Amino acid sequence: MSHPTNAITPEIVAQHGFTPEEYDRVLTALGREPNLTELGIFSVMWSEHCSYKSSRLHLKKLPTEAPWVICGPGENAGVIDIGDGQAAIFKMESHNHPSYIEPYQGAATGVGGILRDVFTMGARPVANANALRFGRPDHPKMKHLVKGVVAGIGGYGNCVGIPTVAGETNFDPAYDGNILVNAMTVGVADADKIFYSAATGVGNPIVYVGSKTGRDGIHGATMASADFGEDAEEKRPTVQVGDPFTEKLLIEACLELMATDAIVAIQDMGAAGLTSSSVEMATNGKAGIRLDMNKVPCREDGMTPYEMMLSESQERMLMVLKPGKEKMAAAIFEKWELDFAVIGEVTDTQHMVLEWNGETVCDIPLGPLAAEAPLYDRPYLSQDEYKVWAKIKPLEDVPETSDVGADLLTLLASPNLASKGWISQQYDSQVGADTLQTGGDAGVVRVHGTKKALAITTDCTPRYVYADPYEGGKQAIAEAYRNLCAVGARPLAVTNCLNFANPQRPEIMAQFVHALDGMGDACRALDFPIVSGNVSLYNESKATGGGSAILPTPAIGGVGIIDDYDAMMTMGFKNEGDAIYLVAAEHWAKPDPTRSHLGKSLWLKTVHGRDEGRTPPTDLVRERGAGDIVRRLIAEGIVNAVHDVSDGGLAVALAEMALAGDLGAEVSANEAYTAAQWWFGEDQGRYVVTASDIEAFNKIVAEGPENAAAAQVGFRRLGTVGGTELFGRTIAELRAAHESFFKEWMES
Amino acid sequence: MTMRSAVITFPGSNCDRDMVVALEQLSRTSVARVWHRDTSLPEGLDLIALPGGFSYGDYLRAGAMAANSPIMREVVRAAERGVPVLGVCNGFQVLAESGLLPGALMRNASQNYICRTVGLRVENNRTRFTSAMAEGQEIRIPIAHHDGNYFADPETLEQLEGDGRIVFRYTENPNGSRNDIAGVISEKGNVLGMMPHPERAIDQAHGGTDGRAIFESLLESLEPA
Repeated sequence: MSHPTNAITPEIVAQHGFTPEEYDRVLTALGREPNLTELGIFSVMWSEHCSYKSSRLHLKKLPTEAPWVICGPGENAGVIDIGDGQAAIFKMESHNHPSYIEPYQGAATGVGGILRDVFTMGARPVANANALRFGRPDHPKMKHLVKGVVAGIGGYGNCVGIPTVAGETNFDPAYDGNILVNAMTVGVADADKIFYSAATGVGNPIVYVGSKTGRDGIHGATMASADFGEDAEEKRPTVQVGDPFTEKLLIEACLELMATDAIVAIQDMGAAGLTSSSVEMATNGKAGIRLDMNKVPCREDGMTPYEMMLSESQERMLMVLKPGKEKMAAAIFEKWELDFAVIGEVTDTQHMVLEWNGETVCDIPLGPLAAEAPLYDRPYLSQDEYKVWAKIKPLEDVPETSDVGADLLTLLASPNLASKGWISQQYDSQVGADTLQTGGDAGVVRVHGTKKALAITTDCTPRYVYADPYEGGKQAIAEAYRNLCAVGARPLAVTNCLNFANPQRPEIMAQFVHALDGMGDACRALDFPIVSGNVSLYNESKATGGGSAILPTPAIGGVGIIDDYDAMMTMGFKNEGDAIYLVAAEHWAKPDPTRSHLGKSLWLKTVHGRDEGRTPPTDLVRERGAGDIVRRLIAEGIVNAVHDVSDGGLAVALAEMALAGDLGAEVSANEAYTAAQWWFGEDQGRYVVTASDIEAFNKIVAEGPENAAAAQVGFRRLGTVGGTELFGRTIAELRAAHESFFKEWMES
Repeated sequence: MTMRSAVITFPGSNCDRDMVVALEQLSRTSVARVWHRDTSLPEGLDLIALPGGFSYGDYLRAGAMAANSPIMREVVRAAERGVPVLGVCNGFQVLAESGLLPGALMRNASQNYICRTVGLRVENNRTRFTSAMAEGQEIRIPIAHHDGNYFADPETLEQLEGDGRIVFRYTENPNGSRNDIAGVISEKGNVLGMMPHPERAIDQAHGGTDGRAIFESLLESLEPA
């Protein structure tokens, strides 16, 4: 065993992000000092990003099973059965730190990475979605960040030719120094042609395909595992550069090879590149791996094994082929003008062995790298302790509204409720010619060549999670469920992207643990398991004077199925004279202070500048009951429009339906509530629907949910569709307000 | 009447399948798929379609690399023989780069990529691509491009206008195109380039079927008179 350079000093150990205890574990695992290559490999594998060392303990508690789940967390993406021998494969992933440093490339490579996670498993990607959080719009960097991120997401997804059909974008000062870019991909595969990552078959060739390895992205995973310091800008060289054209070729070449029977296992090179892909493949196959570093295709001469193993160059994959298939496979990659190189073989040593220039430059037992990586039970505050720390208390001195229409205009013109058309028009939402709906409660794409369609939504309300991590976690799942039901889809499963700050702070760890508990409870109650996900910690920054943690942001990506897309529902008002109803998970006869109503509402924050109160609670039994009824109303053709009630409350929901349908409405309040509570309260579990046949509507609602355990679902007539006004404001005025924010901001 | 058509796939094409689906659905005939490195086209074609996408990544100028790929020599030869050629989006950019159509597609005036459904006015219905529509008719078809800003020098524009070679015009210009031009046709009338995507508006589920008329016109043009 030899290595040409560098004795390992305490400084080098610290630069690689090890605590002294962790470095002792390295010494124990090897029984000797590591060389620099080995130290680098331990460093990335034990980074928070790859090892999940702070989160693993708690992730285990999430429900991941259902009869329709084919593959839950642990592989590149989750796989669910969508009938007729087909499967949907999906995942959401963060690319937060790189996107703050270099927004275009950070966001673009985020899209590229999540696409690879999905087609690695044999799926053709059919839709992209995203969840974006930015700081306050008047922050000096924010316009540049928004423009760059949106252009990067579009630049990559548009070129690869995958439609972007859903997304959400929020603004809050808590993201001033640490924006969040979460990208999701959904693909479709034959259920009997799913590809996994377990490397098996001693002597089978290990093949590298795609782009060449360069020096970009070295230590990206380590960067994603630390707070931003003052030197964030200097980290630009650790951001990778994306090439969507190569990704498109890689998709086509991989799918072409997957149609043969040549592949034993396949894995994309994502965070920590060649290191994590080879370690995961060997670990999952309970095998060993030997690589010849001289065979790795490199972009430039003189790259060391250390650099090759830690590079995060994009658009690369690692495969194990069946013996004798190399030539046929190489011909496919040659056709698509991509690199193809046999760089090693599967062994039975359970070690990762790297050779270079005829010498062994790395020999690490796989156990300590992956399965036995450090695992921390970080201390956290109890729910009660957390609420004391966060100073959460019931809302006092609740204001009232004097002009609902005026407040509505203010809300529609605010960054969080403004039309996101400026963003969504920069994404090709229709390539594939299977897109059936965008801009509503969920994006909907047809499963090519069938009557089925997949509904996709991304959801999270970070201000709710902050004020009550448990309820906020529940709400994120429930809102995804609701958005899928609103388009007529049966919710099937979720992926999550858990963005939190520094887990070494007990209050942050409390946000994480309690939010996960809430999510788990909601998933169980709604039969809506979590099949894939990603954790992004250390989202805090001192770089821009923000000096603070982000809001806890467990973003949810929900997927549902519509059996016949002719029955798909949209939110726009359709017909003059249709009756408008509120379908609510709560009994809505009178207000109830425990439901919070205006606490943490956007109305309170936007109109009155008060970010106060408690998170509105979600009643999961009634949530499910309301979802069941709404889906039934849609399936039986009773309703003409459906929209969930979320940010901004009933008034905003009605305005969005009016804008989408270009029709006004006459509506009346519930006198038991104050006008502000009724129109702007953000109580959960509610939908607005419209119907022409009132009798048929009443009959179904009166029958209640099919599940007898679900308590009654309330419904209340709100008014009638018609005219050109809502709350005394014309549709044109509402639209002008809705579109004003981005127009003025981007043109200023 | 059957229509024999071929769709060219360049590396980076991403609307090739959509074009095949549209042609097969409307012509009820299977469509030949031709790879950019092929050096010959199938015999007896009634239509060659160049689809949308980002050929070769469009890292040089949009369509510039594809215009020089092996199959384009054959496409140019076929066009010169009078075979109808339809270029959509990136296909239009390739046709402009290959010289089969005049002008160039520059970056959108807004500098941003734009995807939305736009209004088009049919300026000339005396072409084999538009005969099923009325002159002056307004149709709605999606656009999705970063480089759709049509440019030609004033003399060329004047000639195009005078010869009725502007086939589609935007009713509200989304990208800065000169004279609101969305689609132009060759002097001989057999090569049409257009930025909007008719293959994305053929099915009720797309939210509109105005794109069908282009394919129906082509089918009609094959009917014995």
